[in-house]
Amino acid sequence: MASVLRFRKLCYVESAVKCTSVGYESFEIDEKLDEKEEDVLSANNFALEINKKRKLPKRQPKEWRCLDSCCWIIGYLCTTWWLLLFCYHCLPVTLLRVPELPGPGVRLKREGLTALHPVVLVPGIVTGGLELWEGRPCADGLFRKRLWGGGSFTQIFKRPLCLLEHLSLHYETGLDPQGIRVRAVPGLVGADYFAPGYFVWAVLIENLAKIGYEGKNLHMAAYDWRLSFQNTEIRDHALTRLKSKIELMYISNGYKKVVAVPHSMGVIYFLHFLKWVETPPPMGGGGGPGWCAKHIKAVMNIGPAFLGVPKAVSNLFSAEGKDVSYIRAMAPGVFDSEILGLQTFERVMRMARTWDSIVSLLPKGGEVIWGNMDRSPEEGHVCDFSKKSHSKTSLTTNNVNNSDVKRGFLVKDLANYGRIISFGKPASVLHSSKLPTADSKEFSRTSTSENFNNFSCGEAWTEYDEMSRQSIQNVAADKAYTTTTLLDLLRFVAPKMMRRAEAHFSHGIAENLDDPKYNHYKYWSNPLETKLSDAPDMEIYCMYGVGIPTERSYVYKLSPNSRCKSIPYQIDNSVHGEDGSCLKGGVYFADGDESVPVLSAGFMCAKGWRGRTRFNPSGIATYIREYRHKPPTSLMEGRGIESGSHVDIMGNFALIEDIMRVAAGATGDEIGGDQIHSDIIKMSERINLGL
Amino acid sequence: MSSLRRRKPINESSDSKHKAEEEDEDHDDVDADGDDDVNGKNKKTPSKIKKKRGEKPPKQPKWSCMDTCCWFIGCICITWWLLLFLYNAMPASFPQYVTEAITGPLPDPPGVKLKKEGLEAKHPVVFVPGIVTGGLELWEGRECAEGLFRKRLWGGTFGEVYKRPLCWVEHMSLDNETGLDPCGIRVRPVSGLVAADYFAPGYFVWAVLIANLARIGYEDKTMYMAAYDWRLSFQNTEVRDQTLSRIKSNIELLVATNGGRKVVVIPHSMGVLYFLHFMKWVEAPAPMGGGGGPDWCSKHIKAVVNIGGPFLGVPKAIAGLFSAEAKDIAVARALAPGFLDNDIFQFQTLQHVMRMSRTWDSTMSMIPRGGNTIWGGLDWSPEEGNSCAKKGEKKNETQIADQAGSEYAVCKAKSANYGRIISFGKDVAEAPSSDIERIDFRGAIKGHSAANTTCRDVWTEYHDMGFAGIKAVAEYKTYTADSLVDLLHFVAPKMMARGTAHFSYGVADNLDDPKYKHYKYWSNPLETRLPNAPDMEIYSLYGVGLPTERAYVYKLSPHAECSIPFKIDTSADDEDTCLRDGVYSVDGDETVPVLSAGFMCAKGWRGKTRFNPSGIRTYIREYNHLPPANLLEGRGTLSGAHVDIMGNFALIEDVIRIAAGASGEELGGDQVYSKIFNWSENINLQLDEEIPVHSSS
Repeated sequence: MASVLRFRKLCYVESAVKCTSVGYESFEIDEKLDEKEEDVLSANNFALEINKKRKLPKRQPKEWRCLDSCCWIIGYLCTTWWLLLFCYHCLPVTLLRVPELPGPGVRLKREGLTALHPVVLVPGIVTGGLELWEGRPCADGLFRKRLWGGGSFTQIFKRPLCLLEHLSLHYETGLDPQGIRVRAVPGLVGADYFAPGYFVWAVLIENLAKIGYEGKNLHMAAYDWRLSFQNTEIRDHALTRLKSKIELMYISNGYKKVVAVPHSMGVIYFLHFLKWVETPPPMGGGGGPGWCAKHIKAVMNIGPAFLGVPKAVSNLFSAEGKDVSYIRAMAPGVFDSEILGLQTFERVMRMARTWDSIVSLLPKGGEVIWGNMDRSPEEGHVCDFSKKSHSKTSLTTNNVNNSDVKRGFLVKDLANYGRIISFGKPASVLHSSKLPTADSKEFSRTSTSENFNNFSCGEAWTEYDEMSRQSIQNVAADKAYTTTTLLDLLRFVAPKMMRRAEAHFSHGIAENLDDPKYNHYKYWSNPLETKLSDAPDMEIYCMYGVGIPTERSYVYKLSPNSRCKSIPYQIDNSVHGEDGSCLKGGVYFADGDESVPVLSAGFMCAKGWRGRTRFNPSGIATYIREYRHKPPTSLMEGRGIESGSHVDIMGNFALIEDIMRVAAGATGDEIGGDQIHSDIIKMSERINLGL
Repeated sequence: MSSLRRRKPINESSDSKHKAEEEDEDHDDVDADGDDDVNGKNKKTPSKIKKKRGEKPPKQPKWSCMDTCCWFIGCICITWWLLLFLYNAMPASFPQYVTEAITGPLPDPPGVKLKKEGLEAKHPVVFVPGIVTGGLELWEGRECAEGLFRKRLWGGTFGEVYKRPLCWVEHMSLDNETGLDPCGIRVRPVSGLVAADYFAPGYFVWAVLIANLARIGYEDKTMYMAAYDWRLSFQNTEVRDQTLSRIKSNIELLVATNGGRKVVVIPHSMGVLYFLHFMKWVEAPAPMGGGGGPDWCSKHIKAVVNIGGPFLGVPKAIAGLFSAEAKDIAVARALAPGFLDNDIFQFQTLQHVMRMSRTWDSTMSMIPRGGNTIWGGLDWSPEEGNSCAKKGEKKNETQIADQAGSEYAVCKAKSANYGRIISFGKDVAEAPSSDIERIDFRGAIKGHSAANTTCRDVWTEYHDMGFAGIKAVAEYKTYTADSLVDLLHFVAPKMMARGTAHFSYGVADNLDDPKYKHYKYWSNPLETRLPNAPDMEIYSLYGVGLPTERAYVYKLSPHAECSIPFKIDTSADDEDTCLRDGVYSVDGDETVPVLSAGFMCAKGWRGKTRFNPSGIRTYIREYNHLPPANLLEGRGTLSGAHVDIMGNFALIEDVIRIAAGASGEELGGDQVYSKIFNWSENINLQLDEEIPVHSSS
């Protein structure tokens, strides 16, 4: 027995690990049997022999097993990683810091700019954080944790259905469902970063801080971006809070007026606020008619979606955008597969349709603004898809000045941007006379009768489930929809949603702004149905990126699969135009900042409010500041300091500089007045709107 | 597999392989080693390998030490990941399930319980955090703080303290002349509920209360955290950040948006004084005050629910200012002598801490107020006769406190002289104040003022203070609350000059004196009147049953020159007189003695007094400290400690009831475990308006 022990000891010394290997243990048993006949003296030699013998089997693959090597590799990697990590942390903090480009903040500080006017930031849709205040059992432990934005979205992967349930609103009221309270994250943290490392307002905040801004003169007007604007007041008093904050900052900063910086949907939210605050109490804030003139110096709209965005249409209609349809084209079946029973899109659509705010982004102004079947203000826009979006910009920079020349080459395949949704490519290009007309009466005829066919699918998720096959096909039958008929279409496919949302938003053009009906809040966020307040000293800026193809209209098809609860339409990503056409993957593109077309962002400042118009009776000065998109030149730049895309533009140094100068007291003329790269003026001229 | 095995040695340094070879093979020779090396390098040439194998069959690349380590680490990592994965995959309610399985069903948190009772959010709630617990973030800094923009310097993980300690100290300090920002540094309070919900990850301050309030329907629009920069003096928060204006505006907004319902204010610790200051400020006319008019408080405030309020200051603040230490540090020093004091690493931690904290005006707001009238003289103190049996074991303490009356009534023969807040030497602390003592005392005052002139610019504190001055301080022997202020004036004249511009520590003789309109009196309850708001209620909620620092025994520090010359004499112990490690303790919540937290509500403001002319009703709610029953409870749901009391279920329930509309009577009126009423009786303070002459013993 002693030899056995000794033997074990030896094997331990040699390689601690091998002892556990199966092959070896059997060996040991054999040896035990032998050893019974051996005497203790010979044990030593024998052990050595065994040692030698044992070496041979060690050559066999058995010994170094897969698991061992895995462990070894992982251990090796971990050790190296830790070592590097340790070294990294040991280094003095300043050594490793990437030499950041000195932002405009530093430069302007050297120029002697200091904080003057308090600044209010108004975040847009999606970018604001939402946190949970009360939830169902499945959301246990998430109290005051972010459900949306800010932190990582890990919870979404952990319990996706639970999250979707909590982020949805009540389908009838557009407010909280019973027992669920999700609220906007207040303060600057509400929207400084959307996800770790993905800044929204952070760069702007940091630069403003360089010239002396801090908590007392910088305010983030966080609101729940899922709600309709008036509902944020009803549920959270968000508008009252904003009013009180602005008044406080005005007073506590030595009676300096406020510079508001809204972004994206925040622009129309703030427009709503400006009307709300001057309206008498039951419906409005009761600030009196001079409130804006007294408290607001300038409204600097970034990427403003004044007239809506076509993206909202595709989102509501089929819960997809350009990106999604590309992915679908590349990997068909991933999203649509039933294997996992995920039905991601159906669920997403179900959630998104409870959000009133998306409806606020539907194109406003109807055919007058967005074009009808045969004409559109962007007519003759030249697209160049020869590039990936990188080379694109370099091309367009060269082409800034000779876009007129280029227009001459354009012969066929004119994009009919006016047809925001067409079913099939023919419908998108044929002349209007050859198309069946889409008229709303037709909708009403088909709708009511056959609604109740589809109940084999159980609980209806989206309102598509309540529609009959027949009416779904009727909608699609080779038709094209303009902005006006589009609303009818949406009312047809989602009557409840539109009924709910249209109590809060309107998408028309006012004939007569003095009509008392325009005192209702549903018109306040539509620049074409409200007057700007009487504040002749105020300034309105439209600041947006250009030079990125932006979704403008869509070619749809019927979805091939017809299982339960599926979305019956999808973007026809097989449709491509010829070279030079703006049609790609079923989407017509126009100039813009990737989300908002130039038309929507710039028209009000370029024409609708320019000078004294009926929408701008006091003649508030408007300025257009366009920023041409340039992709980041190197990886170090991150998302680029000259980007023009919808969110990344918040890191655009030129834009930040403009904002800082205005905040420090400059007027629009002092920062250079208009700065235009796109065709916005020409486009605006083509729009025939009584001013 | 064999290829894998053969690749391995290449990755390893040949050194380690050598070692491994040499270790296990006794008949290994140099040749073999070399051969092996070659094999390792040129393993691709099979002929060589074959040859080598032919020669020495046992030669073989083997497990080296490194390999074993790697393998071992790999195993651990994999196991760890597996566990992590399981943990993450575990349903979120699992830990609670386990807890309940072990300890039986937990009591419902008060929020859930009261929701079942049908309580709903009614009055908006304002939280006023105390000193230290609020987060601070960087808005502008020096080079060394690059990359910390809008990151927390205070609160959160404190990671930067370890990474760049000196930089951190520099940024946390204020300007020692003005008490405001140093040039080029802006550190600002974090705003919103996140400012003070957790002090550090997992260490709640307000979070539990917030969570419970949320259960009955509170949310962001009905809750407001009045975060302020707790380093500044109260009036300076308004001067620099307009904090008081913001609080005023926010309270007005809360009232307006909640249908005119008044707010319930919940200050904690120093926030109590801050809010007292606010209430005076808001009604004072515009240039100095907020211009809210004389009935602002009665229009906007339903109740002020003070938690652990140091109305009359805390003796701990003295020790902090005097020698940058408190009981904890003194004990640590006693356990590991030389660690904190040693100069080898040139840490001088305490000196840095002291330099930093002495730039904070707010610490001076906590110096005991009311002088000898409140805190006792050389021979008497209001707590006289307090017996502290077995104060070491908290459990015992609380059990005793349960049967409060009988045990406390037992007067030990030897009683601690709590009035002597600082004594040099145990004998001095215990000696009856004979004539000798008194003479020493008077004599030292003379020397004191003389020394004062010799070491004039004593900013870097003791460093510049002459030995004579230090000696004079020690010769002075014993200090009562009155003379303490003089002492601090002596050892840190600049700091106190700054501080006395913002705070006052006396007792008002005549509150109508126009000088009391100045803001420096506003945070001293003994020198201001409460606002005219007869419907308002003032609560004082605090924990009892924990030994709390009350007086100190000091000694001269052995290293004289380059360090703090005084320190707590940790060797001084006396079972009978509550003296332990140089600290005399009384009943309290570990930070604030009962006297400070309770006196105003027990006597100073009770009924119509000159400090409370409109007869605002006051209530005392004491919570007896019980340590957590087991580890799973965390910091306990019955705790009475200064910060942990924010998780005390009984307190939370009271707060929620008040917020939901209950009045003090409905809550049950006073709830007293300590002898606060007896002690208050001992204090001879003029409370009637007519005779504006206060008498002190």
